[in-house]
Amino acid sequence: MRRIRLAHQTDFSGWRDAARQGLLAGSAPEALDWRVEGEDAPDLFAAEDHAAAPIPGAEAPRVPRAFIGLAETVILHRDPGRFALLYRLLWGIQRQPRLLEDASHPDVHLAEQVARAIRRDIHKMHAFVRFREIATPEGEPHFVAWFEPDNFIVEAAAPFFVRRFTGMRWTILTPDRAAAWDGEHLTFAEGARREQAPTSDRVEALWRAYYANIFNPARLKLAAMTREMPKRYWKNLPEAELIGPLTRRATEREDAMVKAGPTRPPAFAAAEARRRPAPAEPVDSGTRPGSLGEAREAAQSCRRCGLWEHATQTVFGEGPERARLMLVGEQPGDREDLAGAPFVGPAGRMLDRALEEAAIPRGEVYVTNAVKHFKFEPRGKFRLHKTPDAPEIAACRWWLESERALVRPELIVALGASAAQALLGKRVIIGRERGQLMSLPDGGRLWITVHPSYLLRLPDEAAKAREYDRFIADLGAAWRLLQGAAQT
Amino acid sequence: MQTVLDKLAILADAAKYDASCASSGAEKRNSLKTRAIGSTEGMGICHAYAPDGRCISLLKILLTNYCQFDCHYCVNRVSSNVARARFSVEEVVDLTLGFYKRNYIEGLFLSSGIIRSPDYTMEQVVRVAEVLRQEHHFGGYIHLKTIPDADPGLLARAGAVADRLSINVELPQEASLARLAPQKNPARIRRAMGGIRLKIEEAKEARRESRHAPRFSTGQSTQMIIGADSADDLAILGTARNLYGNYKLSRVYYSAFSPIPDASAVLPLTKPPLMREHRLYQADWLLRFYGFEVSEIAEGSRDGMLDLAVDPKLAWALQNRQQFPVDVNTAPREMLLRVPGFGTKSVKQMLSSRRWRRLRLEDVARLCRGTKTSMPFIVTEDWQPGGAIDRLDLRQRLAVPAAQGDLFA
Repeated sequence: MRRIRLAHQTDFSGWRDAARQGLLAGSAPEALDWRVEGEDAPDLFAAEDHAAAPIPGAEAPRVPRAFIGLAETVILHRDPGRFALLYRLLWGIQRQPRLLEDASHPDVHLAEQVARAIRRDIHKMHAFVRFREIATPEGEPHFVAWFEPDNFIVEAAAPFFVRRFTGMRWTILTPDRAAAWDGEHLTFAEGARREQAPTSDRVEALWRAYYANIFNPARLKLAAMTREMPKRYWKNLPEAELIGPLTRRATEREDAMVKAGPTRPPAFAAAEARRRPAPAEPVDSGTRPGSLGEAREAAQSCRRCGLWEHATQTVFGEGPERARLMLVGEQPGDREDLAGAPFVGPAGRMLDRALEEAAIPRGEVYVTNAVKHFKFEPRGKFRLHKTPDAPEIAACRWWLESERALVRPELIVALGASAAQALLGKRVIIGRERGQLMSLPDGGRLWITVHPSYLLRLPDEAAKAREYDRFIADLGAAWRLLQGAAQT
Repeated sequence: MQTVLDKLAILADAAKYDASCASSGAEKRNSLKTRAIGSTEGMGICHAYAPDGRCISLLKILLTNYCQFDCHYCVNRVSSNVARARFSVEEVVDLTLGFYKRNYIEGLFLSSGIIRSPDYTMEQVVRVAEVLRQEHHFGGYIHLKTIPDADPGLLARAGAVADRLSINVELPQEASLARLAPQKNPARIRRAMGGIRLKIEEAKEARRESRHAPRFSTGQSTQMIIGADSADDLAILGTARNLYGNYKLSRVYYSAFSPIPDASAVLPLTKPPLMREHRLYQADWLLRFYGFEVSEIAEGSRDGMLDLAVDPKLAWALQNRQQFPVDVNTAPREMLLRVPGFGTKSVKQMLSSRRWRRLRLEDVARLCRGTKTSMPFIVTEDWQPGGAIDRLDLRQRLAVPAAQGDLFA
């Protein structure tokens, strides 16, 4: 048995050097006895202190990066067996380089458990340190805390307090170690005693008042509290003295609330009710709206089909009241549903570009959809577009007809099959009907082309470019019809 | 004359029915450059726990509990006789900094009753956050409750200084909102949430391109009260699913309707349905992290309600026994996630570990802290459940009576 002496409890570099020597010398884990200087147990059997000689030609030990991180954490634990555990792991890694991936290997699992305990200990220190303010001769306050961590974590936990309380001077005292920040430097010193820390703070009364009043006596769940805030921390938490009294009175307070009968409302309640009655909302009354503004308002409360229920809002058409050209798409998409405006998503950008290339000023066009709520299916984190069905298109015709009656466009361009179906009252095949002037059953002229989202879906770049050119040609032809130019 | 302490007592009491106290998910920052105070490091910290088991992470208060609205479930409704108070902007700022410097809190969660007008109230709330950020260079966490009827300009200001914004949908069914909170407008709530999601995504996009692009809150959340209306669990989960999908919420909170001082006659008080709330959270987790759909959770429910005696995953598995047992040495991740008693972390470890060994029951026990629940549903190198999975009393055997230890008995 060979004894290794580490300089102090968290002497990681000492451990690393000794471990490297051990591996080079081929020392099996059972052959090493890890001790911290000054903590030697009485010798039960003679142990050699000198380093073993490396085996000639021994390969440099393999130390994966993940192991270093794990070891630096594990070494902070108070258990004296941690040094040997880490050496056993490193020994195993020389034989099975990816040992750490075997999460259910007993040593790997143990080391992970230890590391988890350390991370939790550090986390609890970040959570449960309570600073108390003291006056200093220089006039600038100093904040001092007393804390008792389970393990040797002060150095590991302190940088967090630097990042958070950079603008304060503070000291954290613990039995093993003390950390201090003077606004410029973080320093560590020997452990301290509880008596060296202040015993009160002017803000604690407010904190206790907050703690007492944020507690809901009707929801007593002590096990949940103690799981996260174990009793051993209570002695250093100024609010913990309230736990007993609050708990004892909880049931009584809950019963009193349940038993108390209703009271008369205060006078200002009646005054308030008179002053501001519940706001009247515009409703879809079923009569034809007199203006686009009125139509837009009324459509917000539309319940003519079931699509409103899962969508955000009705997305009504937009554009000048007297537009000569009306573009009708299928339905709003994800972005349109959120923004409340038609054609603002990817298909909208595609349309904008096409309109510009076809020299059609978008500001002079009225843009709307056949169906005014977004129909979708939730899929994971996304909302997948679903084509509206015939009853939904039929139900929404009311609004499209209202828009047409109010705008009275000279020409309507239907973008895609749903729009054409809404306007013609029957299903049409775009490929057959596009690019020719049609008359609508109720008067008015119709021109059919594809929906811009069709272009977005084409997988093949060449086809995309070709179809995009056709789309621009269709839009351009429609625009020229309006300008009185001959149809080509 | 009320002291700050009096006001704090009233305005903390008024805020406690909001379940959210999360301080996670903020953009990382610290005070090394500003030389001020405050940091957010991604993971939230609970600085204390109250005897109700809830984490205390933030100073969660109302700016005022005067309110024009008359929402029957709310302790602060206009028709209630509770004591009223109002903080000044400076008082909230001082309290926040005082608490923060002593390491009591991660930051501030500020909400308010509606006074004068939605815009006036929102402006006051935003003002507190602006003073903290701009005058004190406070780098801690800020969560602002947003008033859906407020001007979009105020919403933009709120997002510029807050880490999280939230609007409570309050009740899972719109019809209930009309009955119990007549002044609230569900359509406007949805629109506001949609607007916030757009702003969050636009800002994220802009900041990917340039570090100097203006910042905006990194998340939004909401809360539904459970047990104040007739909505069943599946309706509640359906609404939650819709909210997650539509508005990319960080969290939906479920808050069991709990007795309040001076309650409205419209809502008779009973003990809060805490177990129901717990099951809803479990089901919510199944939706978000375990690949379940509401329709699947429904298979383990009865009359639209989750089984209170067993968790929703176990309830689903009991109705789908033909899909088990699952071999932990060969099954794909999606199926392992459906094994009762397996969590996302232990599944990840099993997948990693089984590349190096054939997993035995003791291996599974190490990674999952026990195998009592999972045993009937799995096959390992040394274990076959045999007929255990078909036992008619399996549900009874696995049901855990909810016990609550009493520390001070």
